[in-house]
Amino acid sequence: MIVNKTEAILGRVILIVVLVLTVIPLVNMLSAALQPADTNPTGLTFTSDPQWINFVTAFEKGNVWRLMGSSLFIVVFVVPISLVCATLAGYALGNLRIAGARFLFLFFILGLTIPFEALIIPLYYEVQALGILNTQWAVIFPLIGLYMPFSVIWMRAHFIGVPAELSEAARVDGASRWQEFRSIQLPLARPALSALAILLFLWTWNQFLLPVVLIADPLNRTVAGALTFFQGQYSSSIPLLNAGALIIIVPTIVVFVIFQRQFIQALLQGAVKG
Amino acid sequence: MKSSIAPRRAAAIAGARRGSLSGWMFVVPALIAYCAFVIYPLILGIQYSFYKWNGVGPSEFVGLKNYIRVFTDPTLLGSIGNAFVLIAFFTLIPVSAGLVLATLIRSMRPGPFSSLSQTILFLPQIIPLAAAGIAWSWMYAQTGAVNQALNAIGLGNLARPWLGDFQTALPAVGLIGSWVLTGLCTVLFLTGIGKIDQSLYEAVRLDGASWWREFITITIPGLRQEIAVLVTITIIAALSSFDIIYTTTLGGPGRSTLVPGISIYRIGFTQSNVGLASAFGIVLMVLVLACVLPIQRLARASSK
Repeated sequence: MIVNKTEAILGRVILIVVLVLTVIPLVNMLSAALQPADTNPTGLTFTSDPQWINFVTAFEKGNVWRLMGSSLFIVVFVVPISLVCATLAGYALGNLRIAGARFLFLFFILGLTIPFEALIIPLYYEVQALGILNTQWAVIFPLIGLYMPFSVIWMRAHFIGVPAELSEAARVDGASRWQEFRSIQLPLARPALSALAILLFLWTWNQFLLPVVLIADPLNRTVAGALTFFQGQYSSSIPLLNAGALIIIVPTIVVFVIFQRQFIQALLQGAVKG
Repeated sequence: MKSSIAPRRAAAIAGARRGSLSGWMFVVPALIAYCAFVIYPLILGIQYSFYKWNGVGPSEFVGLKNYIRVFTDPTLLGSIGNAFVLIAFFTLIPVSAGLVLATLIRSMRPGPFSSLSQTILFLPQIIPLAAAGIAWSWMYAQTGAVNQALNAIGLGNLARPWLGDFQTALPAVGLIGSWVLTGLCTVLFLTGIGKIDQSLYEAVRLDGASWWREFITITIPGLRQEIAVLVTITIIAALSSFDIIYTTTLGGPGRSTLVPGISIYRIGFTQSNVGLASAFGIVLMVLVLACVLPIQRLARASSK
């Protein structure tokens, strides 16, 4: 593209300013986290004597191992179960075109724009009636249901794009529906599935409202839900609060940097399809 | 004349029809999860909304009273109003900033700098919103970086605890939303610009059009669909904001940053007025639909 010089320089300057503004809050957390734990730091200042020990203290005081374990427990149930249910349903709606497929599709779309806040009160009493309030199951089961409309519509969009000739050929060759699903459809669905898995992981790991409302003990929540517990725990020490919050943020950033390409693609497709 | 594939296809279709019942079996698990944790609570919520109930004792049917209260109580109306103010920060700023930034990144040669800027711009989208709230509470604190910067450039008299001030708390919280959502908008617009026919740009450049003219006549019309998608997503994010406000202000000071999500939480769990909280939940859901449906319709009409 042909761009004249002043425009190019001006553009670069604006972009750099925005990039700096994006990074500052995160750098600012780091700078605070490295100050002595018993001081009240001022703004963005870097100490000559960084207190890395704060991270160790925050890690121990915040029971981070337990929190990560609890988050992982929730993720390990929510993501695979959602994937299996959504794939089966997406296949039936997108490929088999079962009777009533259109009605079912609209039925799932209905759930797409319902904010979680609108359902949180009845969910609380439902989960209480099921006897799972204050356990991780109180978050696992509702999340599977709440993510279902998006996941089903996502997988349906994939299966609709698979040429019908493929499954016809398999059927003519005498493959049962299950065989066809396993040996032809599933391998083809791998990219759509991994993108959906990334999205569901991120949404579950960062989920805040459900754990805060449905699990009273912060140590049984997701790490994001436990941030409120950090706020209470470290209200007297800004360095430790920031160190604790950074410990929670870092794993998501590491995963993001590793899977960056897939991440961005998944989130963008998610935006368009959602 | 029939092609040789026709009988095959007919057989396959017949097979599919016969197996329709077994096809439904594929949908059953998803349907159970969805009905149990979305449709059932939705119906339950509608039922609660017609009762006065404190969550444990006996309940009393009150008709539309809870809904009337949602639309007459100044606190509740105020929280809806705040949510609409947040749209300016969650939608207007990120979408317009995203448009400009995407154009800027696009006009640079692809290289390490442009891909690095994409990565950085995307970071706020990855971290938990609750953590963004904590990061920004510290930025906005009396001793925080915002006041420090103001002092440094000689505007120290403007310094204040931004989240504790009735005048500034709501915009301050809103800007956190702008910070989170700008990256998503930028990157989505970037992919959108990539799909616009490059010869269009070359043509207007040859005509001597300015950057601004090119932006208005080609980039914006070319990104209609992306704009519709992002406006939808960000409006939903603004109306149903919870995490950021919970970790920064909890609705305060006073009610200056109270939003529907926090109101529902407080009324339902702190004040134990389950009926009113449920009614507010239903109103919030309808509000989101009322904002999102027209945008979708508009986008569909303009793409035809």
